[in-house]
Amino acid sequence: MKNSLKEIFTGFNSLVTGMRITLGQFFKPTITVQYPHESLKMPKRFRGHIELVRDPTTGKAVCFACKLCERACPSDCITVDGAKLDGAKKKSVTEYMLDFTKCSLCGACVEACRDSAIRFSREFNLAGTKKEDYIMDLFKRLEDEAKANPMPETAQLAVPASSAPSEAPKAEAAKPASPPQTSA
Amino acid sequence: MSQAISNLLHLLATEPYRLLVFLVCMLAFVGLNAAYLVWVERKGAGRFQRRPGPTEVGPAGLIQPIADAAKLMSKQLIVPTGADTILFRVAPLLMMSPALMSLAVIPWGESLAARNINVGLLMIFAFGSINVMGIMLGGWSSRNKYAIISAARVVSQNVAYEIPMLLVVITMIMVTGTMNLTEIVQQQAGGFWHWNVFRVWLNPLMPVTFLIFFICMLAETNRAPFDMAEAESELVAGAYTEYAGMGFGVFFMAEYANILLGCALGTALFLGGWQSPIGVLSSVVWFLLKMYLLVFTVVWIRWTFPRTQFYGLLNLSWKILIPVSLLTLILSSAMMKLFHA
Repeated sequence: MKNSLKEIFTGFNSLVTGMRITLGQFFKPTITVQYPHESLKMPKRFRGHIELVRDPTTGKAVCFACKLCERACPSDCITVDGAKLDGAKKKSVTEYMLDFTKCSLCGACVEACRDSAIRFSREFNLAGTKKEDYIMDLFKRLEDEAKANPMPETAQLAVPASSAPSEAPKAEAAKPASPPQTSA
Repeated sequence: MSQAISNLLHLLATEPYRLLVFLVCMLAFVGLNAAYLVWVERKGAGRFQRRPGPTEVGPAGLIQPIADAAKLMSKQLIVPTGADTILFRVAPLLMMSPALMSLAVIPWGESLAARNINVGLLMIFAFGSINVMGIMLGGWSSRNKYAIISAARVVSQNVAYEIPMLLVVITMIMVTGTMNLTEIVQQQAGGFWHWNVFRVWLNPLMPVTFLIFFICMLAETNRAPFDMAEAESELVAGAYTEYAGMGFGVFFMAEYANILLGCALGTALFLGGWQSPIGVLSSVVWFLLKMYLLVFTVVWIRWTFPRTQFYGLLNLSWKILIPVSLLTLILSSAMMKLFHA
């Protein structure tokens, strides 16, 4: 009798404790990210597909098509081509294709690059409907970016547009779930 | 103009019209509540898990219930081969209609009740037993062995919880001396310490009585943690396995209508109905406030506790709730004889 009474009271007490905890959670702010409308900022060391780095002073690509990355790639997914423009000392990149279907994001290309001309992007919206979506023209991507924003900010890594939490939800809703190439 | 309106209002207050107006209002009220309690449930579940809940359909997901209803109504009502067609279709109605009928005697305000009858409480419990039949027939007529097993479990659950529920209600009837719900609420006038939950001088176990009532209400309406009837994460849908479209929708609405009825009854019996907690400004607003507070508690409990096991459920009823409710019954009758006779 005494034991069962004790059981009832401790049991009831634990129920009340549980309800207090859940009520506490109820009044705390929600923590889920409503993905298509908002998304998290990717951490600095996030490995998206690679992208070309722009020279902060000129706004053009740092890459001069030395093809070290092409050689370093174990899966043969990079194709680089360059040409010497009139009056320039060095070659400059004219074509940079990344076959992302084969890329394992090992980073050998980024390591091989002597001038830090390529880096990991923070693009994560990489859903697509066909294989061709992932044969990426990184040079064209860079040029499009240069058109939108002629001078890159110096120290800051380019953050994919959809990662910026301040952007208006409507403008973003159209964007996600398509790799950069499909929109073209 | 105002003359015409007041004439119309007088006309509507006369007997046959009054009933008609009530019927329409109650159908609208129950329908709207059943739909929007689903929204409250989903929003509440979200908040308890620190999610925002439905947000996409309309502002704050407010059009979600309408979208759900449209989806359910557009589906075909499939009757399984070999099922008892008539019973299969009648079962959801048997579940829904008792709740609608019982709301006729709920006193929403001082003079706001469709029928102020002397045996209101008895009527609610008489109709309340019918909805067990609804689930049982639903499971039995669908010719699915799992549905029948679930239906049998529901019946044993509801029978087990009907007993402490009725014992508690008998205690209340003894204390208040009436089965008229309007009178029961009127007795609780003048401040929250006059509410039946806090009237410990009538019976020191009054708060426990309310607790038992509330637990039994949860079990009778098959709500978590006693939702063995439709344990959606374990069984397909319990006794409703074979129901599609609006057949299932009506069962679903009936669940919420029954919760609404249970909370309204709890408010009237224990929490002073339309009486304000400070003794002044009593109105229907207080009734709705208390009722929705109880509804919120029901949601709160669902998203706090895991489902009990079946023997745990029966143990709780037969080993704890029934003895304790018998004790309160005996105690209050003894106290009535000794101090209040």
